[in-house]
Amino acid sequence: MALRTLFTKKSLALASAFRPIAVASAAGDQRLGSGLSQTRGLTVAALPDLPYDYGALEPAISGEIMRLHHQKHHQAYVTNYNNALEQLEAAIAKGDATAVVRLQNAIKFNGGGHVNHSIFWKNLKPVNEGGGEPPHSSLGWAIDTDFGSLEALVQKMNAEGAALQGSGWVWLALDKGFKKLTVETTANQDPLVTKGANLVPLLGIDVWEHAYYLQYKNVRPDYLKNIWKVIDWKYASEVYEKETA
Amino acid sequence: MAMALPLAYASSVVHPFEAGRLSFSTKATKHKKQIYQFRKVTKVLAYYGLTNPPYKLDALEPYMSRRTLELHWGNIHRGYVDSLNKQLANSPLYGCTMEELIKTTFNNGNPLPEYNNAAEVWNHDFFWESMQPNGGRLPWGGVLDQIEKDFGSFSNFRDEFVHSAMMLFGSGWVWLVLKTNERRLSIVRTSNALCPLVWGDIPIISLDMWEHAYYLDYKDDVSKYVNNFMDHLISWHSATARMVRTEAFVNLGEPKIPVA
Repeated sequence: MALRTLFTKKSLALASAFRPIAVASAAGDQRLGSGLSQTRGLTVAALPDLPYDYGALEPAISGEIMRLHHQKHHQAYVTNYNNALEQLEAAIAKGDATAVVRLQNAIKFNGGGHVNHSIFWKNLKPVNEGGGEPPHSSLGWAIDTDFGSLEALVQKMNAEGAALQGSGWVWLALDKGFKKLTVETTANQDPLVTKGANLVPLLGIDVWEHAYYLQYKNVRPDYLKNIWKVIDWKYASEVYEKETA
Repeated sequence: MAMALPLAYASSVVHPFEAGRLSFSTKATKHKKQIYQFRKVTKVLAYYGLTNPPYKLDALEPYMSRRTLELHWGNIHRGYVDSLNKQLANSPLYGCTMEELIKTTFNNGNPLPEYNNAAEVWNHDFFWESMQPNGGRLPWGGVLDQIEKDFGSFSNFRDEFVHSAMMLFGSGWVWLVLKTNERRLSIVRTSNALCPLVWGDIPIISLDMWEHAYYLDYKDDVSKYVNNFMDHLISWHSATARMVRTEAFVNLGEPKIPVA
């Protein structure tokens, strides 16, 4: 498994985060070998591969953190999300409304964790592949218009990220309706859309302690200062241009 | 400033449980009047100190390392104390015990800016005292009886506590509290800095589930951390002392009325 992640260079396609899996229904398990009988399709989440090595973001983010973050934390969100989805499907089939509602928290938390981290891996890039290079063209102009300068934006995001109590994320968001950039924070694993249906995430920074504690201890501001060196502005620009086309 | 800052009650002293009394405001205004009577205006501040855990920082090894405590107590807990004192320098809140400060700043659900720091200072003090070297195992006497009464058995309680800790999404705390209204023990899970004191309940044991509490020692293995806490760290001595104190305010059984 380590070898796979070490040599994976394929860039992440959005679709690769999900793949269809056949789920054998409880009643039809006797004939598992024959394949397609009595199966219903449930699209479950899969842990996306990183397009860079775990150690490639050093010294901004240590390889140990990247490995734990990806293999343990993100994987746990994926696993628990899939479990919750299967339970939800069963509850819907049975018409068990109480169970359906009860599962919403687990789906929001684990599903949100999967969504947020999938975006996060794409927001990061090793320095020698363009990480940290400031944005140009339309996103660069939008940042200057809406925040004054890139430094002002960075300072704002760092301030909001440091001030966030507990666990959460700080986002550079595009408001599709007003065509404006904003800085938002979300708590725990709430995805950005919980702050506004028109918000598209361009950049997200994980400020959960597991994202930095091993390396920066409790000094979250240092983590926020250094992560900009590996932020992939090219990806953010692509998303921005696609949404404002 | 030449004058000594009057020290508010040290946070390790627990004062009698008084629900919702806001007498601090009259104390503060009276004191302010006295201040303005001086020719020179001297500033009176509330100030809270950082109390030490009741054991050496390496005493909880190997279940909680010295490094974790150095950072958790020395940096994070100390940071909350310093932030709180900085906020109180410009605040009319004065003369409160830590519990009173928490309840006042909680402001019935619309927390004032000082709430977070005050609650986290108290929460961490309570947490250090909820643990001891050579802890864990079983409670005894009245605490065990009450747990068996309210949970069925100690292992039921233990399972429920561990399950509650594992089901916490995000940062927070897990508490064994005595619910004053229902007059029974209960397990409560709170987010971020929320403390059951604000609902008038009496905490007996707490477990810090913020990632900084276990990440250095256990990385993502939360289950091991919680189980080690239950088996090796939890201080039933502290729990017993706290239960004894609560019985002065909450009747857990029928009061024994002496027959003449």
